[in-house]
Amino acid sequence: MKNFGIVVALLLAMVVLHGCGEKKLNNVEYGIRNQILYYANGDEPKSVDPHLITGTVENNIIINLFEGLTSKDAKTLEARPGVAESWTISEDGRVYRFKLRENARWSNGDPLTAEDFVYSWRRALNPRLPNAYAYMMFYIEGAEAFYKGENTDFASVGVKAISPHELEVTLKAPAHFFLQLLDHHSYYPVHGPTLEKFGGVEDPTSRWALPENFVGNGPFVLKRWEINKVVELDKNPHYWDADVVRLQAVHFLPIDDQQAEERAFRSKQVHLTNTPQMDIEKIQVYRKDRPEVLRVIPTYASYYYEFNVQRKPFDDARVRKAFALAIERDLLVKNVTKGGEVPAYNFVPPDPEGYTPQIYWREDVEEARRLLAEAGFPNGEGFPVLTLLYNTHDNHHKVAVAIQQMLKKNLNVNIQLENKEWKVYLAARKNVEHDIARAGWLGDYLDPSNFFDILRSYAGNNNTNWKNPRYDELMNTIEATSDPARRNELFEEANRILAEEMPVLPLYFFVDINLVDTSVKGWYDNVMHFHPLKYVYLEASEP
Amino acid sequence: MLRIFLQRCLSAIPVLFLVVLFTFILIRLAPGGPFDDERAVPPQVLENLNKRYHLDDPIHVQFFDYVKHLLQGDFGPSFKYPSRTVTEVIYAGIPVTLELSLYAFLVALVFGITSGVIASLKPNTLQDYVPMSAAMIGLCLPSFVLGPLLILVFGIQLDWLPVSGWGVTPGDKILPSITLGAGYAAYLARLSRGGMLETLSQDYIRTARAKGLSGWRVVFHHALRGALAPVVSFAGPAVAGLLSGSFVVETIYQIPGLGRFYLQAAFNRDYTMILGMTILFAFLIIICNLLADLLLLWLNPKLRGRK
Repeated sequence: MKNFGIVVALLLAMVVLHGCGEKKLNNVEYGIRNQILYYANGDEPKSVDPHLITGTVENNIIINLFEGLTSKDAKTLEARPGVAESWTISEDGRVYRFKLRENARWSNGDPLTAEDFVYSWRRALNPRLPNAYAYMMFYIEGAEAFYKGENTDFASVGVKAISPHELEVTLKAPAHFFLQLLDHHSYYPVHGPTLEKFGGVEDPTSRWALPENFVGNGPFVLKRWEINKVVELDKNPHYWDADVVRLQAVHFLPIDDQQAEERAFRSKQVHLTNTPQMDIEKIQVYRKDRPEVLRVIPTYASYYYEFNVQRKPFDDARVRKAFALAIERDLLVKNVTKGGEVPAYNFVPPDPEGYTPQIYWREDVEEARRLLAEAGFPNGEGFPVLTLLYNTHDNHHKVAVAIQQMLKKNLNVNIQLENKEWKVYLAARKNVEHDIARAGWLGDYLDPSNFFDILRSYAGNNNTNWKNPRYDELMNTIEATSDPARRNELFEEANRILAEEMPVLPLYFFVDINLVDTSVKGWYDNVMHFHPLKYVYLEASEP
Repeated sequence: MLRIFLQRCLSAIPVLFLVVLFTFILIRLAPGGPFDDERAVPPQVLENLNKRYHLDDPIHVQFFDYVKHLLQGDFGPSFKYPSRTVTEVIYAGIPVTLELSLYAFLVALVFGITSGVIASLKPNTLQDYVPMSAAMIGLCLPSFVLGPLLILVFGIQLDWLPVSGWGVTPGDKILPSITLGAGYAAYLARLSRGGMLETLSQDYIRTARAKGLSGWRVVFHHALRGALAPVVSFAGPAVAGLLSGSFVVETIYQIPGLGRFYLQAAFNRDYTMILGMTILFAFLIIICNLLADLLLLWLNPKLRGRK
């Protein structure tokens, strides 16, 4: 009787633990048996409305809920037929005529027609809808003027439904990457009747994209969405190519903690993790113990530092160049980031199929010291203490510390580190209040203009105060040029300007580091971090 | 007692109003806005967003608008999750947070009071040292250490319990409840041991023993009631702490409760979400403290006479 409480507690614990001790299927095994993919997706998605989203987390989901006129090949990233089964391009490269599939359907069974695309693109360009990616459509004739309210007649925009299954698109200038662009979410179609039912096209708070109301046209439909718990997709039986879709369902889990995500993978609660960064120390463990599940993929993304070129002494290009030359990038990627990142001597990542920028400089400590002395700081004497701004994150901190030490060792220059919480950091960068700031950029499509455009004098993402009229002129010429060889020449000239002026300090090109269980088939690595699930299936691997 | 109850309820109104006012001002003072992103948002989009959410109105207009809607029970739309309202997010998260806090509180009560009482019965013996050392360890181990440790042992090595989720796989509620409750259990153990030791030395206990009552009856019927006073006054703030402090545990175990949203809302500058959550937590904390006070009055009649 005396230890009654303890006995009861122990009994309770035994009952509970016994119930759990029975071997049950974990998510990975259960998923293989039923073709259900458990997908660790980084965070709670903002929305699945293709004209409102901006992030990777949302994109990972909606590339499976919608389909554009084209659909990128997961292996090669080439544009393949999507809703359009074929197309013709005019001689001058400006007019595209798409033939839409007769059997393309919405997930409620309604036929999908050319008018649906006209309606959707009109919505995407609606100036009252806060669509941050509307600029992706500015390649279409009249689109920019319509978006900016300079022209309110949509007939002036180069999109026309010729017949229910024929769509004609006219570009303002030829863009060889346009077919690839059609797979971007800003070009996805949305279902008019559903939108109209839930508040019309302009309302960002519309509830049309919640599971109970959702209508899409992709291989999957939105089945269930429990806040902070799961976003569940089911196979769409009305999809025109439903026969090839083998997954029956996908569960996207919003695991926002790197450690929790890795543990979920280790305990077989998810088949894969798809967040670009992983704990540096964990990468080494996987590389040694389970290399078969670790996927390290170079991406079309750049990690760099921005100089504030209006602030002394960074108003002198020699100082900026000295900094760039003094950093030992091989050591940085080998000992600090450790993920297999590629040292960068250019702002623009290489594209093996397209444009690969030339390299004009490498690390050269002697030259760096000479340049610094020439700028009036022999052996770093008299150099002011400057600050390096980055957002609070373990990995960014490690890189910043390494750079700080390299600059001290090689140039005898002191840099102060300043880490700020995400939004504070963003505000400081936007107002160019920094001396040097960390930055990263991920390409939206495979074309170098994606990167070069950032450094136009008045571009919204140019946080350097660097302005160069020749560079702007080059960008404008490139926009109107269709010949790929000529474009590459112009890009190279822009690249040379960046190498001479060094408004940004390239550090490395990112890699995506994902954990993918061996049972996941049809998941291909590519530089765009693009993983559609249409062809993915699960199969138990040989023991 | 009714009068005290009403008085406290009335005094809660200005407190809540001040909470709203200060939170409203503080979040506006924080640099960065809800729509800032790594990629610069085009000025036109920003303008549209500000107009849509009335952020272009003068700040006092915004404040009174907010209060007006609040009085109608409307917490407004979330800035980060455009198709959701703050009320919806709270509805989704609050049952989870309440359940987690309740289980953690039960863990704290059962383990805390039991070990405290056991320890107090034979002070300065092994029966005292073992539970009190365990309590000391429990106090010193923060949940972000204890959580991963428990996961490593029970989730990954022994493979007995799931390591994440809430109500998805059987048994997934056990580890989070223990992780969240452990620190409070330890504190309660020390409090109840202290309370018991003090009470056991009182005259009326000696009288009870002298009357020939059994040791059990003395402990449970006479001593425990008096000894629990400090435990009860700690319980109010403890429950409040459990409710509002569960975000670490929610993050470790990926539990869809409010704590994670609260934290995220602050990082995202999701103004309406921050305000909604703050008001909710302020309200819950006021209620918990009120209940704890009323419980104390019930346990100790001497307090009732005080003005």
